[in-house]
Amino acid sequence: MQASAPMDGTRGEIRFRFRGREVALSGFSPRLTLLDWLRTEAGATGTKEGCNEGDCGACTVVLARRIGETTSFAPVNSCILLLGQIDGAELITVEDLAQGADLHPVQEALVTHHGSQCGFCTPGIVMSLFAQHESAPDRLDASAVEDQLAGNLCRCTGYRPIIDAALAAHDVAPLGLWQGLADQGGDVFVGDATRFFAAPGNLASLGALYEAHPDATLVSGATDVGLWITKGLQDIQKVIWLGRVAGLDAVEDCGETLRIGAGATHAALLPVLAAVHPDLGEVMRRFGSKQVRASGTIGGNIANGSPIGDLAPCLIALGATLVLQKRETIRVVPLEDFFIAYRKQDRQLGEFVRAVIVPKLKDGQAFRAYKVSKRIDEDISAVLAAFRFDIAQGRIGAARIAYGGMAGTPARARNAEGFIIGARLEDEATWKGAMSALALDFQPLTDQRASAQYRSLVARNLLKKALIEMRGADVSTTRVAPPREGAYV
Amino acid sequence: MSETLMPEIPEENLAVVRRPVAHDSARLHVRGAATYIDDIREPAGTLHIAPGLSPIARGRILSLDLDAVRKAPGVVAVLTAADIPGKNDVAPTFDDEPLIADKDVMFRGQLVFAVVARTRDEARRAVPLAKFETEEQTPAITIEQAAARGEIVLPDYDFGRGDTPAALASAPKSLKGRLMIGGQEHFYLEGQAAFAVPGEAGDMLVHTSTQDPTEVQHICARVLGCPDSFIVAETRRMGGGFGGKESQAAQVAAVAALGAHVTGHPCKFRLDRDDDFVMTGKRHDFRADWSVGFDAEGVLTAYDVQLDANCGCSADLSPGVVDRAMFHAANAYYAPSVAIRTRRLRTDIASNTAFRGFGGPQGMLAIERVMDAIAHETGRDPLDVRKANLLRPDGDLTPYGMKVTETDTLPALLDKLERTSDYRARRAEIEAHNAIDPIVRRGIALTPVMFGISFTLVQLNQAGALVHVYQDGSIHLNHGGTEMGQGLFTKVAQVVAEEFGVPLEWVRITATNTAKVPNTSPTAASSGSDLNGMAARIAAGAIRGRMAEVAGAMWDIAPAEVTFREGRVFGGNESVSFKDLAKRCRIARVQLSEAGFYKTPHLDWDRNKKTGRPFLYFAFGASCSEVAIDTLTGETKVLRVDILHDVGKSLNPALDMGQIEGGFAQGMGWLTTEELVHDEKGRLLTHAPSTYKIPVASDVPRDLRVDLFTNASREDTIHRSKAVGEPPLMLGISVFSAIIDALHGLAPGVHVSLDAPATPERVLMAADAMRAARKC
Repeated sequence: MQASAPMDGTRGEIRFRFRGREVALSGFSPRLTLLDWLRTEAGATGTKEGCNEGDCGACTVVLARRIGETTSFAPVNSCILLLGQIDGAELITVEDLAQGADLHPVQEALVTHHGSQCGFCTPGIVMSLFAQHESAPDRLDASAVEDQLAGNLCRCTGYRPIIDAALAAHDVAPLGLWQGLADQGGDVFVGDATRFFAAPGNLASLGALYEAHPDATLVSGATDVGLWITKGLQDIQKVIWLGRVAGLDAVEDCGETLRIGAGATHAALLPVLAAVHPDLGEVMRRFGSKQVRASGTIGGNIANGSPIGDLAPCLIALGATLVLQKRETIRVVPLEDFFIAYRKQDRQLGEFVRAVIVPKLKDGQAFRAYKVSKRIDEDISAVLAAFRFDIAQGRIGAARIAYGGMAGTPARARNAEGFIIGARLEDEATWKGAMSALALDFQPLTDQRASAQYRSLVARNLLKKALIEMRGADVSTTRVAPPREGAYV
Repeated sequence: MSETLMPEIPEENLAVVRRPVAHDSARLHVRGAATYIDDIREPAGTLHIAPGLSPIARGRILSLDLDAVRKAPGVVAVLTAADIPGKNDVAPTFDDEPLIADKDVMFRGQLVFAVVARTRDEARRAVPLAKFETEEQTPAITIEQAAARGEIVLPDYDFGRGDTPAALASAPKSLKGRLMIGGQEHFYLEGQAAFAVPGEAGDMLVHTSTQDPTEVQHICARVLGCPDSFIVAETRRMGGGFGGKESQAAQVAAVAALGAHVTGHPCKFRLDRDDDFVMTGKRHDFRADWSVGFDAEGVLTAYDVQLDANCGCSADLSPGVVDRAMFHAANAYYAPSVAIRTRRLRTDIASNTAFRGFGGPQGMLAIERVMDAIAHETGRDPLDVRKANLLRPDGDLTPYGMKVTETDTLPALLDKLERTSDYRARRAEIEAHNAIDPIVRRGIALTPVMFGISFTLVQLNQAGALVHVYQDGSIHLNHGGTEMGQGLFTKVAQVVAEEFGVPLEWVRITATNTAKVPNTSPTAASSGSDLNGMAARIAAGAIRGRMAEVAGAMWDIAPAEVTFREGRVFGGNESVSFKDLAKRCRIARVQLSEAGFYKTPHLDWDRNKKTGRPFLYFAFGASCSEVAIDTLTGETKVLRVDILHDVGKSLNPALDMGQIEGGFAQGMGWLTTEELVHDEKGRLLTHAPSTYKIPVASDVPRDLRVDLFTNASREDTIHRSKAVGEPPLMLGISVFSAIIDALHGLAPGVHVSLDAPATPERVLMAADAMRAARKC
C-alpha cells in the first residue's frame, strides 16, 4: 500500500447516524472535537460546554453502537472526543430524546422531581441518565445512579432530586427507539498525508499506517489527548484512532492470567478486574467517571504514562507485563520497567501497546488497593497504593508493593518490599521496618492535591491498613467508602 | 403540631402561591432548549474574543509585542487599553479595577489584551503568540503575606459593645485560637459570557450572563464613554451565579461591547473554564483570631474576634462582604461584651467577590468553631453550649446593636430538629462506636443558622417591575430580578398569577432588560423574591384595581366587591372572563400596564455611627450532620444529614427545598473538598474541575432528611414568606463541626486544631495531632 494515501477499499469519510439519518463527513479537521462540531457546525446548542476538559459532564452525549443483537449506550464527554471517533455509531444528543411534546421518561422525571435549577448541567445529566435508562438494568439503586452521575457536576441542586428522578424513571420501560449503528468495517482515512484522521480497522493496517507516520498521534479514548487540544491548543495534524482496530480490545481469560487488549475500555475492564479482587473493582469504579471509562482504554492509560495512573500501580502489584508491537515484532516488558521517568516511557518509534497480561491472584496471595483523593469520586489520586503479599501461616513471603502519586512514575517500593518479607500479621512490630523503608523508596512532591508530608504519611498508613485488613479486620471498620457488592458489573 | 409561637397571622386563601410548581424553564432545561448566552443564534459576521492574560502577579509590563497575534489566521482586531474610548475601569465603586491592564499588573491572570477573530478557535490560538517583557515584583498571595506587607483595599472597621478586654480578663474561663478559612470558587456551570450586538448611532445591546444587568449597563457605558441610555443589557437566565456574576460579569460584558464598538460587528466573549477560574474572584479566604470568655456552663461573657479578609487586588464588593462577616460573627448567639474587628487586606490575586452568604459564612464559621471549643473545654455537649448562648429576650442585642424580636423561632426550631434527628440517642451510639478506638471514627454536630435579610447597603433595597395585560388576557411580566436557577421568575410569576386570579401559564415570563425596568439592584443578598415579588405584586395590583373599577362600573357595584379567580372576574351575581374584561378595559381606554416599585421599610443602618437596623428580619435554620473519618488517611464521608429550615410561609416549597439542599451541598463542599491553591508566584493551581473538587452526587449523603419550618414571617413580606437563597449554605457548617467532633473523640478535652476546608490532608494532620496530645 502507499504510505501516504488511503489504500483501496479505504473510506475517505466517517459515517454515523444522527437525527435519524446516516451522515457521511469528510474534510474536517482531525482535531475538531465532537462538541465544537455540534455547537458551531451542526447548530445543535442543546449540548453545553462546561469545562472543556471532560470533568463536568455538561457536554455528555450518547453513542449507541450495535454489536450483534444488542445496542450499547455509552455516555461520552463530547468536549474531548474527536469528531472522527463517532464513526460507526449513532450519535444521540439531548435534542433527540423527546418525541414531539412527549418527554423521555428521564426528562419527565427530572421535571416532576425538580431536578433542574439553572439548567446548564441538565442536558448532560439527561444524557447520562438516558444511557442508563435505555441500557435497562434489572435493578437500579441510588448507588448505581451516583456512579452514573459521578462525571456530571451540578452546582445547584445537591443531586438528591436528580437521583430521585432517575429511580422514578426506572419504573418506566425504555423507549427502545434507538437501535444504534454497527461498524461498517474497513479502514477510514480522512484527509491527506500531511493532515489526517485515520481509523484503521485491523492490526495490519494500523502497523503499516503507524510505520509510515511514526509522527502521528495515537489516540485511543482521547480522554487525555482531547485536553492537549482544548487546553494545550496543540495543532495535532495526524491522528490515528485505535478504537476500530479489530481485536485490539479483546479480553481473554487464559486461566492463570488475563490477556487484556490495549483497546479494552475501562468500562469493559471494570468487571474483569473486580472479579480478580473487589478492591480493583472499587479503584476502577472511582477511575474518572462513566464518560471517561466509556472512552478511555487500558492501553491509552499506560502508554500515556501518567505519574498517578490509578491502574498502573494496581497492575504492577499484580505483576503485569506489557506487550508492545511494531509491525510484526512483539516485545514483552514488565510493566514497572515501561515507566522510565516522568512522562517518559519505554516505547520505541512506531511501537504501540498491544496488550497487558495480568496474573490473577493465587491461593495464599492477599491483595489490597487503595485510592486516596480529595474527593472520593471522579478525582485524581493524591496517593494510590496496591499490595500483593504471599502469606503462609500468618507470615509474609514474596511481596509486591506499588504506588502512584509518590514519584515521577508509578513505581514499586523495593525497599519496603524487602523489609516486609518475614513480617507477621499478628505482630505489628514486624511491620515497622517496611513502613519506615517507604521513606527510602519515595520522596514525593508537594502539589495542589497534597503535600509531600501527607503523601508520605498516607503511604505508610496504607501499608498499615492493608496489613490490618489482611489480618482480618472488616472493611466497614477500616474504610469510609468500602467496596460495594454489585457495583462493578 | 402547630409551630406557631407568635401572634397568629391568618393564612391567605391562595390558588397559585405556595404551590410546588416546577421551575418555569424545567421543560426547556431537560430538552436542551433553554437559551444561554452561547446558544443565541449568531448574526452573520459575529466575531469571537479570547483573553490575553498577565503572566505575572505584580509588576509592570515593559513591552507587549502583539504583531504575531495580529497576523494570526482569522484575527480581526486586538484590543488593548488604548482602544478604550471611555474610562478604563470596571470597578463597582472605587475606581480601582481597570478593564484591561495598561502598565501595572494587579494579578496573574489579569486581562492585558483581547483577541477578536472570526472564530473562537482562531482567537484562542492567537493569544499565545504575544510576547511580553515584564518586571516582576514579589507578590503577596496569602493573608500572612498581605498582613506583613500591610496594604489594604479599604480602612479597618469594627463594632461591638462593652469593654471586651476587661471582660475577657475577668471571665471565669477563657480560650483563644486561630482559624484559617478557605475561599471558594463559584463554579457556575455556565462560565462568564456576554454577546454584544452593535446598533445604530452608538446603540449597543448586550446579552449578558449577570446577576446585575444595571451594573453591566453602567460599566459598558463607562468604558465606551456613552450615556447609560445607549446601552441595553439583557439577561434571560444564567447557568448559575452564586454571587460570581454580581459585579464580575461586567468585565466580560464590557470587553464584548468594546470589541463590538471597535469592529462594528457583533462580538461574543465566553471564557474558557480555566480562564474563568484565573480571571475572576472567589469567596474571600479569612483568618479569624478569636478570644472568648465564658462561665462554667459555657455561657459567653465576652467574645473578641479579629477577622482578616483576603480581598484580592481591588475593593470590588469587599466592603459589603467583610461587613457581613461582621454582622454574622456572633451568629445566633448573645455575647454581653463583644468586639468584632476587621482588616481588608490587599493581595495580588484576582479580586475576591460576592459568593452566596457574602462573608456571612466566614464570620459564622468562626463562632461555631468557638462553640465547639467551649464545649470541649467545659465537657458539655456542644448542642447544649449552643442552646445556652442563643439570643433570648433578656439578651436580644446583636453586636451591631440591633434588637432581635424574633428570639423564639430558633429555639423551637432547634428543639424540633434535636427530636427529629434523634440527636441524643445517636450521639450515645456514636460514642459507643468510637469507644473501641476504630480506624474509622464517627462524629455528629447540630448547628444553627441565623441570617439577616436585606442588603446592608440600604439604597440597594429597592426593586421595580413592569406588568402588561394584553387584550387577549395574556400577561407580560418583567422585573429587575435575574434568574440564575433559583426559581425567582417562577415565584414572581406565581405572585402575579395570584394577583390576577389566573392560571400560572397565562403569565409570560420575560428576560430581565434594563430598557424595561431601569436602575435595578443586583439579584443578591437573598432578596430576589422579597423585592421583586413585592414590586410585581404592586404593579399587578394596580392594574387589577383599574380592571375592578371597569367591572364594578359595568355591574354597578363597588370595585372592592370584584374578585379575580380561576381566570374569571366575579361581582354580585355576574362574572366575566379575564380576557373579556381586558378587552373592555382597552375599549374603555383604561391603562393595562403598570410599573411597580417597592422599597424595603424600616431599614436605617448607619455604618459610620454603627447603629440602626440593617435587616428587615432574620431567616433561621439548623442542620445535624453525622460523619465518618478515616484516621489513617483523613478521608471523610458524610453519613446522614437532617435539616430544618425556616422559609416563612413558602411561596413555592419545591423551589425552596431546592435552595436548601443545594445551599447545604455548596456549604459542605466549601468546608470539605473545595480547596483553592496558589503557588508563591500567584498562579492558581486549582484552575479547573480536574483540580478543584466541588461535591458530586456521592458526596451528598443518601440519608438526607430536609423539612421546612413554615411559620409566617412577622414582617409584611411577600405573602409572609422568607428569603432562602443564601442562608442554607451555612447549614454546611454542621459537617465541619461533626468532623471536629469525630476528631475530638481521639483526645477528649484537647482543643481540635482544624482549618477549613477539612481536606483529607488537614483531617489526617489534625488526627495525628490529637493522637500525639493523647499520649502526653
